Amino acid sequence: MTDKIGCAIIGSGNIGTDLLYKLGRSEVLTPKWVVGIDPDSEGLALAREQGVKTTHEGIDAILDVLEDDGVQIAFDATSAYVHPENSRKMNERGVLMIDLTPAGIGPKCVPPINLQQHAENREMNVNMISCAGQATIPIVYAVSQVQSVDYAEIIASLASKSVGPGTRHNLDEFTYTSSSAICEVGGSRRGKALAGINPAEPPMIMRNTIYCLTDDAPDRQAITASIQAMIEQVQEYVPGYRLVNGPVFEDNRVAVFMEVKGLGDYLPEYAGNLDIMTAAAAQTGEMFARRLLAGELTLEPVEAATS
Amino acid sequence: MSHANPQRLPVSDHNAALRERQVVVHDMSLRDGMHAKREQIPVEKMVEIATGLDDAGVPLIQVTHGAGMGGNSIQHGFALASNEDYLKAVIPRLKQARVSVLLIPGLGTMRELESAHDCGIASVHVATHCTEADTAPQHIDFCRKLGLDTTGFLMMAHLNTPDGLAAQGKIMEDAGAQTIYITDSSGYMIPQDVIDRVEALKAALNCDTQIGFHGHHNLGMGVANSIAAVQAGATRIDASVAGLGAGAGNTPTELFVAVADRMGIDTGCELFALMDLAEDVVTPFMDELVRVDRESLTLGYAGVYSTFLLPAKRIAARYGLSARDILVELGRRKMIGGQEDMIEDTALTMAREQGLLDDPAA
Repeated sequence: MTDKIGCAIIGSGNIGTDLLYKLGRSEVLTPKWVVGIDPDSEGLALAREQGVKTTHEGIDAILDVLEDDGVQIAFDATSAYVHPENSRKMNERGVLMIDLTPAGIGPKCVPPINLQQHAENREMNVNMISCAGQATIPIVYAVSQVQSVDYAEIIASLASKSVGPGTRHNLDEFTYTSSSAICEVGGSRRGKALAGINPAEPPMIMRNTIYCLTDDAPDRQAITASIQAMIEQVQEYVPGYRLVNGPVFEDNRVAVFMEVKGLGDYLPEYAGNLDIMTAAAAQTGEMFARRLLAGELTLEPVEAATS
Repeated sequence: MSHANPQRLPVSDHNAALRERQVVVHDMSLRDGMHAKREQIPVEKMVEIATGLDDAGVPLIQVTHGAGMGGNSIQHGFALASNEDYLKAVIPRLKQARVSVLLIPGLGTMRELESAHDCGIASVHVATHCTEADTAPQHIDFCRKLGLDTTGFLMMAHLNTPDGLAAQGKIMEDAGAQTIYITDSSGYMIPQDVIDRVEALKAALNCDTQIGFHGHHNLGMGVANSIAAVQAGATRIDASVAGLGAGAGNTPTELFVAVADRMGIDTGCELFALMDLAEDVVTPFMDELVRVDRESLTLGYAGVYSTFLLPAKRIAARYGLSARDILVELGRRKMIGGQEDMIEDTALTMAREQGLLDDPAA
């Protein structure tokens, strides 16, 4: 199969630019446009160097050329505040939206848990939750597959240099979206997400701690095996996803201490938060792209009535 | 209250410039002190201490979970009551004092702040690490829209230069903060560090923006640093009655008020009432005496977040390690407030390296 599905990246910050590198290597997706709002954006300059069309005039500048340029999938790496409008405009033109902001208007996606299901449901907007969600919810799910989890709590520590203005302005949305995803996708009854930004030099590699409170005494062997299996699944698209310590069991509390080292595509390896977010989004885009290429999926414009 | 009026005591003549200077004392014992009590202060005890502070003329009292809004968690411990329950019990009982809360973006959210506002709070510390002020503008703006007295609270301020800290304070001021705090979360600073930072903030901020100092007593410098801050121009001082706070505690309120009285600084607080509250109510209520001991001194010496003290002691005992070694390692790894999970992670790694872990899944 030589054809690839055209896609657009909305947002030329850290996440959008890291995603550009990953989509550039894809066998089934090809980036056609990167959309920014700042003419001096480093991300737009890098995109032009790679022969990808760019605009600094926002999403409206490309709406009329989507069809001619064969754009069928858009990745939104802007902000939770503008995502709903971006999504409406893309969906109206039959373009599938993969949301990397914490807006969370579409179903939440963690590839090894529910990507297949979203593809089969022909969703037109899929939300990637948050970097911390991608790094931690697989572990919550691995525990909740063994036995019921009453409460799960995740703590993400991010290197200051890896956290761009969009994320910094969306910390509340990060908290809400990640917390609800711990329940909806992770399978815990209650959930809470915390994020911290650490400015240490040299920058710290992204760390994530996952706590689960099980209803009954935890089955240590089964939970340990389930977590190991899940880590291997995530490693298929994020090679730097690594267990540092745990699982540690104390009464009904299961504690797992993870590290995410990035591939160093746009920002250096410490920015595992970028890597796991963009790798998960690329996986998601590729799943839909394969189905489009195989003729199992066609995209239709979505009526603009919903708001 | 019929205590002797401390203002009648002789005032030192060496500080004529400070005479009549007004300083707002902000008591932290019912928020920072929650750390020292492992978040286990009953509602009735909070009311008792808060009304005691109110009677002693303390104008501002911070209440709730040690980590503030959204603090109830495995990471930061679960308090005996919800933040709303504490606030609703305390606020109606106060005659003059106003109540504040702490909001750390990334942990607490605007929804939780709105809920606290509905309970009747008057003031907020919006806190970030000393280099990450740009995570707070939305929250600061929201506080101002609610009509709250709004402080930008720059934690672990020893980890930024005076000019760097001033630039961060400016971000918070631009967002609407009326007061900017230098927060010595590790109790690491000595007076010149404080003076340099107050002066840098004064130079960078609008003249009507107030400057505050929040000290920890890990090097025994809480009062000296607070006085240095006032001398350099700060007008708000955080303190805790009996020092009840994280690490070796905060600047003890009664101690600061006593020194302020001697220097002629006007706090409006009644010393003997505070002394009695500290001695008769707060100190007997401590689980262990809040003081400079080996581990809390380590916090101050190594520049480690004060709240790490009790979890580090508990985890050290669990894995057969030295709490001091864990704290020093956390300092070396540059862990900051909010990374309490890394205490156990660090201990596990140390225990494995020392051959203390038999079963990797222990």
